[in-house]
Amino acid sequence: MNSIQSFGAASGEAGKVDAVFLLIAVICGFFFLLTQGLLVYFAVRYRRRAAGRDNETPRITGNHLLEIVWILVPTIVVMAIFYYGWKVYSDMRIPRPGAAEVHVTGKQWMWEIRYPGGRTAINEIRVQRGKPVKFLLSSSDVIHGFYLPEFRVKMDAIPGRITSLWLSPDRAGTFAIHCTVYCGDGHSNMNGSLIVMEPAEYAAWERGAAEAGRADEPLPKRGERLVGASGCLNCHAVSGKEKIGPNFSGLFGSKVPLEGGTTVSADEEYLRESIVDPGAKVVKGYPNVMPTYKTSMKAEEVRAVVEYLKTLR
Amino acid sequence: MSAGDGKGYLSERGWRSWAFTLDHKRIGVMYLCTTIFFFLLGGVFALLLRLELLSPQARYFSNHAYNVFFTLHGAMMIFLFIIPAIPSGLGNFLIPLHLGARDVAFPRLNLASYWVFVAGFLVIVGSLVAPMDTGWTFYTPYSAKTGAAVTTLSLGVFLIGMSSILTGLNFIVTIHKLRAPGMSFLRMPLFLWSMYATSIIQVVATPVVGVTFLLLAAERVLGVGFFDPAKGGDPVLFQHFFWFYSHPVVYVMILPAMGIVSEVIPVFSRKPIFGYKAIAYSSLAIAFLGFLVWAHHMFTSGMSPLANAIFSFMTFFVAVPTAVKVFNWIATLYRGSITFEAPMLYALTFIFLFIIGGLTGPFLGALATNVQLHDTYFVVAHFHYTMMGGTVMGFFAGLHYWFPKITGRMLNEKAARASWALIFLGFNVTFFTMFFLGVRGMPRRYAEYLPKYHSENVVATIGSVILTLGILAMVWNFVQGLRSGTPAPGNPWRALSLEWQTPSPPETENFHEIPLVTDWPYGYGTKKA
Repeated sequence: MNSIQSFGAASGEAGKVDAVFLLIAVICGFFFLLTQGLLVYFAVRYRRRAAGRDNETPRITGNHLLEIVWILVPTIVVMAIFYYGWKVYSDMRIPRPGAAEVHVTGKQWMWEIRYPGGRTAINEIRVQRGKPVKFLLSSSDVIHGFYLPEFRVKMDAIPGRITSLWLSPDRAGTFAIHCTVYCGDGHSNMNGSLIVMEPAEYAAWERGAAEAGRADEPLPKRGERLVGASGCLNCHAVSGKEKIGPNFSGLFGSKVPLEGGTTVSADEEYLRESIVDPGAKVVKGYPNVMPTYKTSMKAEEVRAVVEYLKTLR
Repeated sequence: MSAGDGKGYLSERGWRSWAFTLDHKRIGVMYLCTTIFFFLLGGVFALLLRLELLSPQARYFSNHAYNVFFTLHGAMMIFLFIIPAIPSGLGNFLIPLHLGARDVAFPRLNLASYWVFVAGFLVIVGSLVAPMDTGWTFYTPYSAKTGAAVTTLSLGVFLIGMSSILTGLNFIVTIHKLRAPGMSFLRMPLFLWSMYATSIIQVVATPVVGVTFLLLAAERVLGVGFFDPAKGGDPVLFQHFFWFYSHPVVYVMILPAMGIVSEVIPVFSRKPIFGYKAIAYSSLAIAFLGFLVWAHHMFTSGMSPLANAIFSFMTFFVAVPTAVKVFNWIATLYRGSITFEAPMLYALTFIFLFIIGGLTGPFLGALATNVQLHDTYFVVAHFHYTMMGGTVMGFFAGLHYWFPKITGRMLNEKAARASWALIFLGFNVTFFTMFFLGVRGMPRRYAEYLPKYHSENVVATIGSVILTLGILAMVWNFVQGLRSGTPAPGNPWRALSLEWQTPSPPETENFHEIPLVTDWPYGYGTKKA
């Protein structure tokens, strides 16, 4: 089943979607061969062979029996397809009992993750293999689409509403998350990953073991890690081509022209302010679209990021 | 009127003779030229998009520029080309000729509809000071927040919708009131049936999009908050309004092309159309059912599973009258005496590509697979097979078929076949590839993509270059035909419908004497069945 998708299903439910896909492919494949076959066969078989014989064709204007057949047959076939598509879909809408819950908020342009325990993350969701998980989706600005191709599921994240989606991962690994509802300049960069961990690994991560041993990590190193993990690079480049926001390299210490004509010197305080209150001093020529990191970054994490940015001369 | 100089309705010269004309044929030709211009412009945008997608990273344009280009590509192709091209262009030219009438019912209204259309696209051109980046669907709240000139654009779309309503009204009245003596509804060419169904959709559905864009403008200018949850509005409401218009309108796009195919197939097979009544009534059935399925564009927008199930169920019913038409066209070929001039090649291409577009519909109509494929390249491939493989190929069939009637000159058949071959090849390489991209999960409207989608994108871009060459060759052939084609006889294809019973090009008032209709226009074939 996996081979028809060319990328493997990562849950039992995804396998059922693949089965519906295959069923439709077989039915439509049959009608494809039938109709295209007749079209090509008739075109070749009944091409005009000799000039002047063009009006010696039979005067066939219709056939009631045939027409009834080709109204009834497609009706029955499409009803069958509807039924299987609906059946699998409705099963997939009812979450398994005992599902873990993860809150996902779409923002231009990142996925903000909140676990019930209070832990937060950007663009990266960790779940355990074998344990169903329910995603509670919302948005803080425009509509986004939360799409997990390997799990064959998708649901819009809508401001002012909570929508939901659940799945039951049965393969460990890292799987793509895409945004599928067009949401502006960073739309195609609004990617994340679902990391399915073995239960033991997951437990260790949950205890914070993954964070251990980093207490003595130098601040700039820690900042670099945070910049990578917080979705900053979706909009800011560290080197090379400009993205949606200003380039990070050479930023610290430079004179930054602001909207409204003034300039500001990019010192530590300016960098800190731009992370927690991005709308306060918007760089000229860039859209005022960055979300605040006030709640999702602790003060010392902001400090680490600033220290990292200082190294990018 | 200057009969007998071989130039018919084209004999008057000077820009006033066009700008103030009340002749439905001239208005049709103005619509054709205008819409073909936008088709070519929209095609340029498409080519730019494909070239950018040669590399996974943004290489030639910024993300913003890419987003503007795909919005312009979609919005122009839909609002300025595919909706008006066949109804307002070929429809205007042909409806009175098919009916045996001297003009449409309201010639002045007809001229007004053209100039309202022009006003609409001028307003849209004006909105390019801050070009739109919303996609052609304008989903809120993004469209209410973006810095682009969406308000100006809304006014432009409003005007174009108004023009569409005027044309639809005019056609309905014309078909009811101006049929030649003896032409009952069941003796009308099938193109007229399709135009009749199309006009009904235009008159009923278009006001909804007008109101929708007014609401969007009110949201932006007055901050009303219809779609803003912070003010008690509903962001998804816009999608309901939008698709309540835009779904029926896909049938405004496809039905007229189906009408063209129903005209061309019998002539080049020398066979009566098979199942005339089934084809005629299925047009009306499609128009009716088209109003009941809009929310199948919204299965992942948080509607209740029950609502999704109902809309999925209704969606599958539209497949039935559509399938009936395809079966009837194929049956018309049976035991025919078929020749493959360019109009027939394009009509057969329509059927071939439309079958692929149609058979990929159930993947999207079925809920389980829809959730997987929605907003991926599978959808892009599917609607290009129906809209471009269907409507545009039908339009090309019509252009090649009626070129001698419209211009009084014949096209170069060899050049027409060569450009057809390039278009057929390029189209399939471009868009069939996209089905694979979609099944593998590549979302649409992506300026940048994961490297795993690279090879398919390169193939699709190569296809789009072949397709572009084919279309350029076709346009070149049209220009050559117009300048130096051999003069066309009145009825080069020996067809039976009324437009071919006048000289090419027709006189200003179409017929010296209003014809008396005694039979349907598909009386080909001599032998008893």
